[in-house]
Amino acid sequence: MARAVSRNAKIGWTIAAWSVALIIFFPILYTIITSLKTEQEAISGFNLIPSFSLSSYEAVQSQNNYWRPFSNSVVIAVGSTLLALIVAIPAAWAMAFSPTKRTKDILMWMLSTKMMPAVAVLVPIYLIFLRTGLMDTRTGLVIVLMLMNLPIVVWMLYTYFREIPGEILEAARMDGASLRDEILYVLTPMAVPGIASTLLLNIILAWNEAFWTIQLTTTNAAPLSAFIASFSSPQGLFWAKLSAASTMAIAPILILGWFSQKQLVRGLTFGAVK
Amino acid sequence: MATRQTASLARLMRAPAIILLLIWMVIPLGMTLYYSFLNYNLLNPSVTSWAGWFNYQYFYTDPAFLESIWNTIVLVLGVLLITVCGGIGIAMLIDKPIFGQGIVRILVISPFFVMPPVAALIWKNMIMHPSYGVFADIAKFFGASPVDWFAQFPLLSIIIIVAWQWLPFATLILLTALQSLDGEQMEAAEMDGAPAISRFIHLVLPHMARAITVVILIQTIFLLGIYAEILVTTNGGPGFASTNLTFLIYRAARLNFDIGGAAAGGIIAVILANIVAIFLMRAVGRNLD
Repeated sequence: MARAVSRNAKIGWTIAAWSVALIIFFPILYTIITSLKTEQEAISGFNLIPSFSLSSYEAVQSQNNYWRPFSNSVVIAVGSTLLALIVAIPAAWAMAFSPTKRTKDILMWMLSTKMMPAVAVLVPIYLIFLRTGLMDTRTGLVIVLMLMNLPIVVWMLYTYFREIPGEILEAARMDGASLRDEILYVLTPMAVPGIASTLLLNIILAWNEAFWTIQLTTTNAAPLSAFIASFSSPQGLFWAKLSAASTMAIAPILILGWFSQKQLVRGLTFGAVK
Repeated sequence: MATRQTASLARLMRAPAIILLLIWMVIPLGMTLYYSFLNYNLLNPSVTSWAGWFNYQYFYTDPAFLESIWNTIVLVLGVLLITVCGGIGIAMLIDKPIFGQGIVRILVISPFFVMPPVAALIWKNMIMHPSYGVFADIAKFFGASPVDWFAQFPLLSIIIIVAWQWLPFATLILLTALQSLDGEQMEAAEMDGAPAISRFIHLVLPHMARAITVVILIQTIFLLGIYAEILVTTNGGPGFASTNLTFLIYRAARLNFDIGGAAAGGIIAVILANIVAIFLMRAVGRNLD
């Protein structure tokens, strides 16, 4: 009897949860559906079944040279993340394994740089970019996004490294392992998962960044976020094509994101919620 | 001996990150502060002169400034209200024993990974468009006349879009907190006949209090900087009806070429963000020990 009631309850909760989830997901779903319609279909009223036409995808690629912003996005997101990791891994490592009295202050200060609103430094960064020729270059954006995400990268790595037990190091030292052996065979294997998670989350953050990418690029170095923003002008307004461009812009990161839900909580709350 | 060696090595390993962040923070902020006291317009850069507090005064007495501050507050509070309340509800729903929990989670979390310009354009064109949007289709179905969202309710429209983007974040963090709730305690309360509402108020809410605080503070930091969503939908209009402080500074810098004015606005934005940041740092700092 009790079992039957709980089964009914489960079905009830399932229906409720799925309804809410589908409503939240609907704008994305409808964009994917619309991208598979012809332009005519796209503006002829509500319709969930497209004709599975790929013409919009072809049009976006041939007319708008889609691969240029796409490759810019890849270079900028991956480049800025790798660069941040190169700087952050030693720093987080040192703070986790040889903490000093000031380590906590340093970490808090790093966090505070993340609180600085981007728009507050728009004027100087814009002028520096104009004068140094960094404007509309991938190099410029890689540098800015690297600096912007560096505090999060250090923090995430620090919270992961801190979980590696110090006793293991002592044991390795007792067995006569050199510093090089220690890093290569003991710490690295334990640190890799944390580094991978950090990498994943920061690629997502850099891919979706839409303030500096719009401010500091025009055509050559514009990644997808800036490219799609240019669709807001009236001449670019074709529903199916906009949907196709949008779908291609979000699909890679959506899939990466599904794999990084846990890291998201940890990374964006600076370890405050695990 | 060995420890001294380790300590200096550690200092060397920390240095690049610290120096880079120091440069990134001190130089641009210092420049912003300096520019904020200059009469400096990119259209006429040769007549740059010392302005004293004029830029601040000008920014402060501009009616658009007060409107943009008000819009910033409404935008932040509106989105927080929707995402925190919605997030608690959805997190509790997903936490129930349901079929396909993993897929439900994935569907709910997805909007967070949609880049801001795409999210805003999807809503602008597919959902809220007065002739081709889904809302218009629904209105027509019920025989009502469609609403021109961005003309009639510009700020509300942006609140809805931004709330859609941040609801997943709130839900995911609150769900993480909820899942660490002691199941036995809940069962005991249930056995004692505590009604669902009092279980929620006395057990669930206090347990989630910390996570809710973190959600509010982190979202506020990001919500103060909302930019792309406004740019691609209303462009701050009609008038200044959907211009927040970030967008007003952008306009001053990039459309009016007023470097001094934009810099003064930037300093005001820093002060606003710092007020929030102090609370966030306390919440996070407590967890560090």
